[in-house]
Amino acid sequence: MSRRDEPIVLGIETSCDETGVGIVRGHTLLANTIASSMDEHARFGGVVPEVASRAHLEAMTPTVEGALAAAGLRFSDIDAVAVTAGPGLAGALLVGVAAAKAYALGLGVPLYGVNHLAAHVAVDQLEHGPLPKPSIALLVSGGHSSLLLVPDVAQDVISLGSTVDDAAGEAFDKVARVLGLPFPGGPHIDRAAREGSGTAVAFPRGKYDDGTLDFSFSGLKTAVARWVEAREAAGEAVPVADVAASFQEAVVDVLTRKALQACARYGVKDLLIGGGVAANSRLRAMAQERCDAAGVRLRVPRPGLCTDNGAMVAALGADLVAAGVHPSTLEIPADSSLPITVVNV
Amino acid sequence: MLVLAFDTATPAVTAALHDGERVVAESTTIDARRHGELLAPAVEHVLRESGATLKDVTAIVAGTGPGPYTGLRVGLMTATALAMTAGVPAFGVCTLDALAYSARESGPFLVATDARRKEVFWARYGDPRTRLDGPRVDRPHDLPGELPVIGAGGAMYADVIGAERVRGPELPSAGALAALAAEHLATLSEEEAAELARVPEGRVDSVEKARELAVLGPPRPIYLRRPDAQVPGAPKRVTA
Ligand SMILES: [Zn+2]
Repeated sequence: MSRRDEPIVLGIETSCDETGVGIVRGHTLLANTIASSMDEHARFGGVVPEVASRAHLEAMTPTVEGALAAAGLRFSDIDAVAVTAGPGLAGALLVGVAAAKAYALGLGVPLYGVNHLAAHVAVDQLEHGPLPKPSIALLVSGGHSSLLLVPDVAQDVISLGSTVDDAAGEAFDKVARVLGLPFPGGPHIDRAAREGSGTAVAFPRGKYDDGTLDFSFSGLKTAVARWVEAREAAGEAVPVADVAASFQEAVVDVLTRKALQACARYGVKDLLIGGGVAANSRLRAMAQERCDAAGVRLRVPRPGLCTDNGAMVAALGADLVAAGVHPSTLEIPADSSLPITVVNV
Repeated sequence: MLVLAFDTATPAVTAALHDGERVVAESTTIDARRHGELLAPAVEHVLRESGATLKDVTAIVAGTGPGPYTGLRVGLMTATALAMTAGVPAFGVCTLDALAYSARESGPFLVATDARRKEVFWARYGDPRTRLDGPRVDRPHDLPGELPVIGAGGAMYADVIGAERVRGPELPSAGALAALAAEHLATLSEEEAAELARVPEGRVDSVEKARELAVLGPPRPIYLRRPDAQVPGAPKRVTA
């Protein structure tokens, strides 16, 4: 496909609290506009689904207008519309799916309902070019912790493991609360940890040696809370930086260990890390160290492409168009528990 | 004039086209759980059935509820997005007004729809074109007076309000919604209509707007309830 012939794809993402609208031409990023309702959720200590759904409805039109303006395009330039069909918050997904169907119907262009997790993988191509086939992908955010084998992101994604309890990002949020740090916890723990020692407290690493590629963060979260409470009960000051660093070290150790195990087990030489937690500086550093040691190439998109966004949906849409995959019908549902094996619906 | 109207604020997913004189196509499916799946195909269907395309449509109208939020948003998002691609205005009309418009009552009456949680969304009308009070959300027990009650909110609580007060129709039709909107659009200049469709900056209280404004307004949902969410206290202790 020559550059001029590459399709211009509008991508819509509303699976959680970000209203994301992205526009790509093939794998060239033209716009990535995001409206977040995070400020409205912060005081609740977590994303409130109804608040998120209301915000998506309000934000969609201005966000699409912003993306078109950023790309210097008119609506009539769009060749296809892609949308996150799942997994995610049901009511939130439904706003994006309704919008995408209407845009596709109104413009007379094909619609692609896509898997949010596969989109997290596809987005890296906007920054680092075509994804090696196969790759291993580690997706970590407030909503997901998954290890994937990706023979072809447009057609074939295989789940190797996932969390059996809390998502990695969720553990960051909960530990942040225990330490009196604001929501969302990830960036605050990352910042606090820079002043502390990752070896100050030996927190447990769930499922470390169990031979699976699954994760567990619930025990770690409880261990941190218990350790902090013991200090408080003894009337001692809590060393926030050391606790943050030691907790973060435990999470990152498990994540990178299992990701490299997956690479070794499947003989794959390319590892991609995506999702909001991929912005964590310690995760990036340890992953790079361990990849270098194992001869694995590491790909991590820049933070603006790691967190939920519309460009990732557009990127996967462009892959589906290029692969000649059949478009979705206007009847597709929003599926809050869409399995990762279903790349498009 | 060609008005495309739809409503998703009740279990009915209903879409219609109105040419300024009559309903030229209408589609209604009752399914409280599949608004997101049914609406876009219904719009496509009424367009095809009437031989029109979206380019022929001059205004898009969606029911603003009140109604269960997930379905309600499908209609309003669809209206806004379609209007954006077609370059025509999108309007909102209170869903209860559409039900009232299809009532065959000569005197005053109430319209009530299912608000779940053992409550109804309701409003009081002087005649099928004139809302006097509401919309509000209350327990059926608290509905005022002896007036007849149009809509499913009356039928499902017949034992509370008295079976003799229950009248049809139970659900709104997009045909009535389109006809009501067309009637109002015919009296407006293009500039006046555009002003009514304009979505104000920031988050205005659409409930207050719905209670004070004319039938046609911007395509914003009437929620009537705040989101269920509690500000958490201190983190729960894990040690006793
Ligand atoms: Zn995500």
